[in-house]
Amino acid sequence: MESKTKIRLMQGNEACAEGAVAAGLRFFAGYPITPSTEIAEELAAILPKVGGKFIQMEDEIASISAIIGASLTGVKSMTATSGPGFSLKQESIGFAAIAEVPCVIVNVMRVGPSTGVPTAPSQADVMQARWGTHGDHPVVVLCPTSVAETYTLIVEAFNISERWRIPVVFLMDEGIGHMREKVVIPDSGELKIVNRLRPTCKPEDYLPFDADAGDGVVPPMADFGTGYRYHLTGLTHDRTGFPTTKRPEVDALIRRLCSKIDKAKQEVTFVDEVLTEDADIAVFAYGITARAGAKAVRDARALGISAGLLKAKTLWPFPEEHVERIASKVRAIIVPEMNMGQLVREVERASKGKTKVISLTRVDAEPISPDQILTALKEV
Amino acid sequence: MARPITYYLRADKMPHIWCEGCGHGIVMGAVLRAIDSLDLDKNNVCVVSGIGCASRAPGYLDFDTLHTTHGRALAFATGIKMMKPNLDVIVLAGDGDLAAIGGNHLIHAARRNINVTTICFNNSIYGMTSGQYSPMTPTGKMATTAPYGNIEEPFDLCDLVFAAGASFVGRGTAYHAGPLSRLIAKAIATDGFAFVEAVSQCPTYFGRRNKMRNALVMLDWQKEHAVTKKAASRLSPEEMADKFIIGEIGTRIRPEYTKRYEAIIEAATKETDDNV
Repeated sequence: MESKTKIRLMQGNEACAEGAVAAGLRFFAGYPITPSTEIAEELAAILPKVGGKFIQMEDEIASISAIIGASLTGVKSMTATSGPGFSLKQESIGFAAIAEVPCVIVNVMRVGPSTGVPTAPSQADVMQARWGTHGDHPVVVLCPTSVAETYTLIVEAFNISERWRIPVVFLMDEGIGHMREKVVIPDSGELKIVNRLRPTCKPEDYLPFDADAGDGVVPPMADFGTGYRYHLTGLTHDRTGFPTTKRPEVDALIRRLCSKIDKAKQEVTFVDEVLTEDADIAVFAYGITARAGAKAVRDARALGISAGLLKAKTLWPFPEEHVERIASKVRAIIVPEMNMGQLVREVERASKGKTKVISLTRVDAEPISPDQILTALKEV
Repeated sequence: MARPITYYLRADKMPHIWCEGCGHGIVMGAVLRAIDSLDLDKNNVCVVSGIGCASRAPGYLDFDTLHTTHGRALAFATGIKMMKPNLDVIVLAGDGDLAAIGGNHLIHAARRNINVTTICFNNSIYGMTSGQYSPMTPTGKMATTAPYGNIEEPFDLCDLVFAAGASFVGRGTAYHAGPLSRLIAKAIATDGFAFVEAVSQCPTYFGRRNKMRNALVMLDWQKEHAVTKKAASRLSPEEMADKFIIGEIGTRIRPEYTKRYEAIIEAATKETDDNV
């Protein structure tokens, strides 16, 4: 049998663009910004070939606004940016969360704050990705560690966004975005593709924010222009979609929106464990840093140190059960991050005092090296 | 009018939030009468707004309606129109929403000439936040944030939007509700970006502070100060100084954006075919 599998040398940003199209992306709006621009350039070329559309908007805020609008017509939509643009998009990420409009926001992280170092990798937006927009809100944040993983994980980003009607943040970094690696492109039939639940009731019976009409958490979503004629707003709203300030209705809405994360947790948590079975010391890492972590763990093993790696591809919801389980059996968890120590606080919280948690930081615009982590492993 | 106005309203969502004497209901009525005169299919109309008093209008309208973030209605509308070009997309926005925080989106939507109709409910003030000066507050007028009088000059929004590339711009008033409705119908029927500035009144936050004690005084002001292009041509510059023009201000034929995108699809698809 002839294999349709294709092996290609791809850039991370290219894998992000093509993976998104494989997931069903048909509308992209963006604004030029280093180091994410190649995603827009790729999609400007690809989308019109597959029945999709691309637009370069006048600014970052317009870009995320346009993708939310497009998503309401029933189309999978995405925007891509980096730190300064990600900051600008925060208000509308909150809109997508409260109005429950599926969309994917890619942030190829660079050194910040402000303009920082546009051409160098960083992992300093992991807290902003979770808490950047104001108010309590659900958001899922995924973070790939390789170019190949970028291709498959962006598909999951769309699936989660559609299934739970939430914005999903896809956190890459300059290293992954600009690196070229081998990617085995999966056959389209191998990819699991999820589409949003649409209403089956008559338009006159449609209550657009009645989660009981769905699974109790996520209401079915009608496409604009199909006769359902409903209202969406960024104000707190009742089941009909209309603004409300009635305390029980406000409470029910905020609690339901946030409960999506609890309900979705199992399904959206992607964590790889490497050599953790018999480990007595662990490395918790994500993104490009997880690769240095993997090498350091192998090198440590060669020296007789029983090290293991917890590689988080889902950063939010934070994989606290994985961390707690590891914490209860290791002497220490080392948390290397290309920031001043952000997720280490989550690791500490999830460890519940069961082990020592050691933060390893790097903010000189260079990736953390395996040797740095190995040194820490030897010192514990 | 072929149908009663209630046909287009979500009557169960009334009463509306607007103050007594507010002109926005008149402008909203003019929009509905325009839609009715064009016999648009309710299922095919999408109304988008931002934040502010005017932006609460879509909630009362029985179409697909979207109440977005402050200033961004046109950007949301652009995404909708691109992926469903057959929809009649209408943006309703206040002067602060459209000319201040959303000013960039306004000029770029006009530049692209995307087929979205934009109605600016211009009451010269931020009403929702109780009376701060906007980019449309006349020089010298009072506002809570201009307690000594406004020292800024307002935009001529019609000139701005036409210069940016719109296919249609015009101005009307709440007082001239009939002509306003006909103007909006022309705007909706335009294949390209169409803009109507609807001069409205805010007796609560603009009038009270500026010696126009109620809506009637303000409507009278609209009546006295609005002139047609033809009437304006007979007035001296001095006589025109405190007047403004109503009616069609500018029209031009230019390719519409979503139709232009078809050329991209054609070129991209041809390239794919050539590669096969």
